[in-house]
Amino acid sequence: MDEEIYVYKKVEAIKFGVLSPKMIKQMSAVKIVTPELYDKEGSPVDGGLMDTRLGVIDPGLKCKTCGSKLKECIGHFGYIELARPIVHIKFTKLILDLLRCTCKDCGRILIPDEELKKTVKKSEKIAKSKTAKAKRIVVKETILKLKTVSKCPHCKAKLEKIKLEKPTTFMEGERRLSPIEVRTRLEKIPDEDIDLFGINPSVMRPEWAIMTLMSIPPVTMRPSITLESGERSEDDLTHKLGDVVRINQRLFENINAGAPEIIIEDLWDLLQYHITTFFDNNVAQLPPARHRSGQPLKTITERIKSKEGRIRHNLAGKRTNFSSRTVISPDSMIDLDEVGVPLTIAMKLTVPEKITEWNFEYLKEYVKRGPKVYPGANYISRPDGKKKKITEETLQALLEELQIGYVVERHLIEGDIAIFNRQPSLHRMSMMCHKIKVLPGLTFRLNPAVCAPYNADFDGDEMNLHVPQTEEARAEAEILMEVQTQLISPRYGLGIIACNHDSIGGNYMLTKMIEMPRTDAVQLLASVGIEEFGSLPDKEIVNGREIFSVLLPKDFEFTGKARDGTKVVIQKGKLKEGFMDSANLGSGSGLLIRNLHKRYGAERALKILGAMFRLGVKTLLYHGFTAAFSDTDLKTENDQEIQNVLKEAEHKVDEFIEVYKKGNLDIFPGRTAEETLEIKILESLNKARNDAGRVVSKSLDRTKNTLIMSLSGARGNIINLAQMAAVVGQQALRGKRIEKGYKGRTLSCFRRGDLRSNARGFIRHGFRQGLTPAEFFFMAMTGRDSLMDTALRTPKSGYLYRRLANAMQDMRVEYDYTVRNASKRIVQFSYGEDKIDVSKSEGGKINVKRIVESVMEGE
Amino acid sequence: MAADHDSVYEEFEGKIPLNLLDEVRESLPDKCNKTQLKKILEKVYAEYSTSMIEPGESVGLISAESIGEPGTQMTLNTFHFAGVAEFNVTVGLPRIIEILDGRKNISTPMMEIFLKEPYSQGKDIKELAESIRQAEFKDFAKEITLEITEGTLEVKLDMDKLKRVGLNEAALGKIMEKSLKGFTLKIKDDLMTIKSKTKGENISELYKLKEKVKSVYVAGIKGILQVLPVKRENEFVIITAGSNLRDVYKLDFIDKKRTTTNDVFEIEDFLGIEAARQSVINEVFKVIENQGLNVDIRHIMLVADTMTLGGKVRGITRYGVVSDKASVLARASFETPIKHIVEAALIGEIDPLTSVVENVMINQPVPVGTGLPELVSKKQ
Repeated sequence: MDEEIYVYKKVEAIKFGVLSPKMIKQMSAVKIVTPELYDKEGSPVDGGLMDTRLGVIDPGLKCKTCGSKLKECIGHFGYIELARPIVHIKFTKLILDLLRCTCKDCGRILIPDEELKKTVKKSEKIAKSKTAKAKRIVVKETILKLKTVSKCPHCKAKLEKIKLEKPTTFMEGERRLSPIEVRTRLEKIPDEDIDLFGINPSVMRPEWAIMTLMSIPPVTMRPSITLESGERSEDDLTHKLGDVVRINQRLFENINAGAPEIIIEDLWDLLQYHITTFFDNNVAQLPPARHRSGQPLKTITERIKSKEGRIRHNLAGKRTNFSSRTVISPDSMIDLDEVGVPLTIAMKLTVPEKITEWNFEYLKEYVKRGPKVYPGANYISRPDGKKKKITEETLQALLEELQIGYVVERHLIEGDIAIFNRQPSLHRMSMMCHKIKVLPGLTFRLNPAVCAPYNADFDGDEMNLHVPQTEEARAEAEILMEVQTQLISPRYGLGIIACNHDSIGGNYMLTKMIEMPRTDAVQLLASVGIEEFGSLPDKEIVNGREIFSVLLPKDFEFTGKARDGTKVVIQKGKLKEGFMDSANLGSGSGLLIRNLHKRYGAERALKILGAMFRLGVKTLLYHGFTAAFSDTDLKTENDQEIQNVLKEAEHKVDEFIEVYKKGNLDIFPGRTAEETLEIKILESLNKARNDAGRVVSKSLDRTKNTLIMSLSGARGNIINLAQMAAVVGQQALRGKRIEKGYKGRTLSCFRRGDLRSNARGFIRHGFRQGLTPAEFFFMAMTGRDSLMDTALRTPKSGYLYRRLANAMQDMRVEYDYTVRNASKRIVQFSYGEDKIDVSKSEGGKINVKRIVESVMEGE
Repeated sequence: MAADHDSVYEEFEGKIPLNLLDEVRESLPDKCNKTQLKKILEKVYAEYSTSMIEPGESVGLISAESIGEPGTQMTLNTFHFAGVAEFNVTVGLPRIIEILDGRKNISTPMMEIFLKEPYSQGKDIKELAESIRQAEFKDFAKEITLEITEGTLEVKLDMDKLKRVGLNEAALGKIMEKSLKGFTLKIKDDLMTIKSKTKGENISELYKLKEKVKSVYVAGIKGILQVLPVKRENEFVIITAGSNLRDVYKLDFIDKKRTTTNDVFEIEDFLGIEAARQSVINEVFKVIENQGLNVDIRHIMLVADTMTLGGKVRGITRYGVVSDKASVLARASFETPIKHIVEAALIGEIDPLTSVVENVMINQPVPVGTGLPELVSKKQ
């Protein structure tokens, strides 16, 4: 095969600068002289804004400057000669500073000669050793000092105060300085002096801030669109440029015709306005230029700025091919590191595979099947890069053409690598690499255990799938992003991918209360995907712990604690004592899984986790699990007890109110009497709720499914249960009892000034009993409040995140384990003070105790 | 025996971080012998080596993610009750934003003043607390009356309160004279009469004077607006609303080692940048812990280090940390892009393309992680 020659080019640096008038003229392809765009036939006018020398936007035409076609020609600049100089809006501050700090006669900076040398030296030193920012600060100081000087130290000319009348008018005392005058003054400033103003004379001269020529951007950056009616609709920039050229021509004509000064002035100002809004249509003092429809034009600044602007939208954000998006749904029978891909998607997305001697026949089969039969191929490309679509007509010819060195773009098959992602991608686990499994249906399938890192649920969430196209990308995705590499969260060093919901509840029940015939157990294990039943004890009835133990490695040792403090002991891969719950299986703690990961590595831990997950789900499936209404049944005496607690609390509240009304309340320091009362009431009502909760948890049967969910940590807590069975409790709005609504009362069914518990949002019924209308409204109020809270919080935290990410993205660990930023400045001498990677640690630590124990026991 | 161990420990010093060595020391059973210890340390070292961060790791972004991601789970409720139902404290997301912004004026400054023995056991606790509080004239006035006919203010003083802060009416008079210029003061027992020296006073002037007099600073520490002695575990602590670390440190009954404020800038001002860094870490950690979230301390440390890098506390804003970036494009991609580009153009600034976003913009590999290493081959 021919030796491929690659030329790698790298951008080393980007230098910024200002275009000089000379440069503008030289780089221009055409001088624009007329505001007309097209002639009667609809072809571009020569010397107009759509001149074909500026580039092509119509298919079929050729650029008159470079001769290339559409998409090949990147466009060429033009220029116009301005009849009178115009102030560039972005440089007004600079011009003001320069005018103020230089002499109007001799053009020198207002620093006496003897001091000047020192200042220059200092400035040079800073330029050499420090950053651009340091220089800017020094410049600012210099300008501040010189602002008030009223006499030139060089030629002794008297200087008047210069003001900027926004946006673009300069005033000397009471007199208006025309841009011509300003320009002549700026011209006088010598190169040696402008460096002190933070201007580099090799890239910028002060007088360039006043434009005499204006560069016209190529048509390719302001393409017109042809509407269905055949009408052309021009870009905003073209509109604006049309205005500029028109007024400029008028101004020329008027000057040549010797029109009165006042007309010329007016036109000059108008030209200034148009050029200003061409650069920035959001200048505070100017009305923005608008379309005929009244919508403001999007000119240069608006194009670059903000989230939808060029920088953040197009440059920092990229788009991809080879990706797809659809709704997700759960499938616990696929592995955690797999993703189920619908057949239709698998036939649209492709993987390029290069034909070699060894896979020639194999790939030929794919091509033979074509794009419509799975697994087939959609394209082939020749070594010269020419891509050909496989269709029924071309199939035969392509098959014959096919040879070594060609690339076949085949359909996705099982085992291909893809990157799976859900927005918002808040952390690195939001994009993980999965292995593809092609499945029927129209949704992406994922194992519910990986919902936690994606923060996904199945209420209609959609996710994206990307298929890497090169060997390097695939390797990198597999090594860095595969699910098993992301088991441990770098945020806190504990498992994030773990059992949840049903799988925790199932394992809890299995290990705590279930026994079954051995045959059933085998059935259960088989459905989970276990094929080796040797470790299941050979007896008639086996218990849940024995079934669970089958999943564990034979040499696994573990001691830990369950949520309620029960000891959990695993010896030689057998669960001897205790039961499984969220402390050992769940995410954010998941100690058992964390230990498996440490001991047997990510790959094996993932397999065991998948099996455990399925075991839990299947247990519930075979055993049956329903949250029944009767789960909230309370014994009569407990119900009575709760009623007493509530009555007592209400009574206490009434007492407080009475004391308060008499004015005998003990006032907390720094609080008013009303506040003290509120605090006391809130305290006693919350206590009542908690007491009621305690009674409920005492009263309920421990084998009730709803309670099991709460006890195992699968879902919900005891308070939720108490809210159902006994009492919902006080509804709080902004940390207080509800007090808004009508004047002096919360709802119109209460008396004004009623402070009692039920009039201020205490819900004394449980969901089971049902709420009174007033209570229902209180609940709705807090519900709305929490919705608002979420709605307000999301953008706030999003902005904080963006700032953090932007500030810290360039920091990395160097080979000497220091943390440095992009300027090589040391941020930390040793990462995290001990160089430990959180995602490789156990909760941010190294488990010394375990090592000590293992050595001591080993001896 | 112990001396024996020391030599083994020494061997591993420099290999294993000191805090880990200490941890080994602590959890070591008595019966452990030298060879066992050596084995333990070797194992610890082995585990430590596998847990080390890899060069090139983009730790900054990981830290940003680790703090940014749980931000969505934090409460926005600005006010919450701390410990006792007493002070308002900013918690949750607003507090994190406040710290990381590097705001000079925080919304709820607070101090925790620890006390020396025997005060920490409750001796004179109420009096001590009261003596710290900033007291204004109005705190000592029982009644202020406007004598319109005379054009004077008559103030009935609360002698008990005065005595409690160790002042008498004469001393109070002196303080008042110092801060009120152009007025005459007359004191007779507990009645203070204030008269303006300028003549022709009208009622509104007098009213203004009353307001002015009310807020004259008399005693205590400026800035301490509220005090609250609290029993915490087995000692008394004074919690204050409002903060003034410098003046509180002058008191002789406080435990200077533990007394602290939640105002990062006050700490920077008084104790220096290292203390400020620790303060940022503590404050952020407190909020995150309080919200029931779990974020490793290393991430917070890195943020604190970024903020205090230049010897001054700077916020993570376009005026603070971000403005220091060497890359024009990186700054432009954050906020106010036009400003940065124009300024860069004037001095002919060169973007060295050494950080992440610039390289994303021009489609080049980013210089972190796997984008960092390059292959060099010799030409034959």
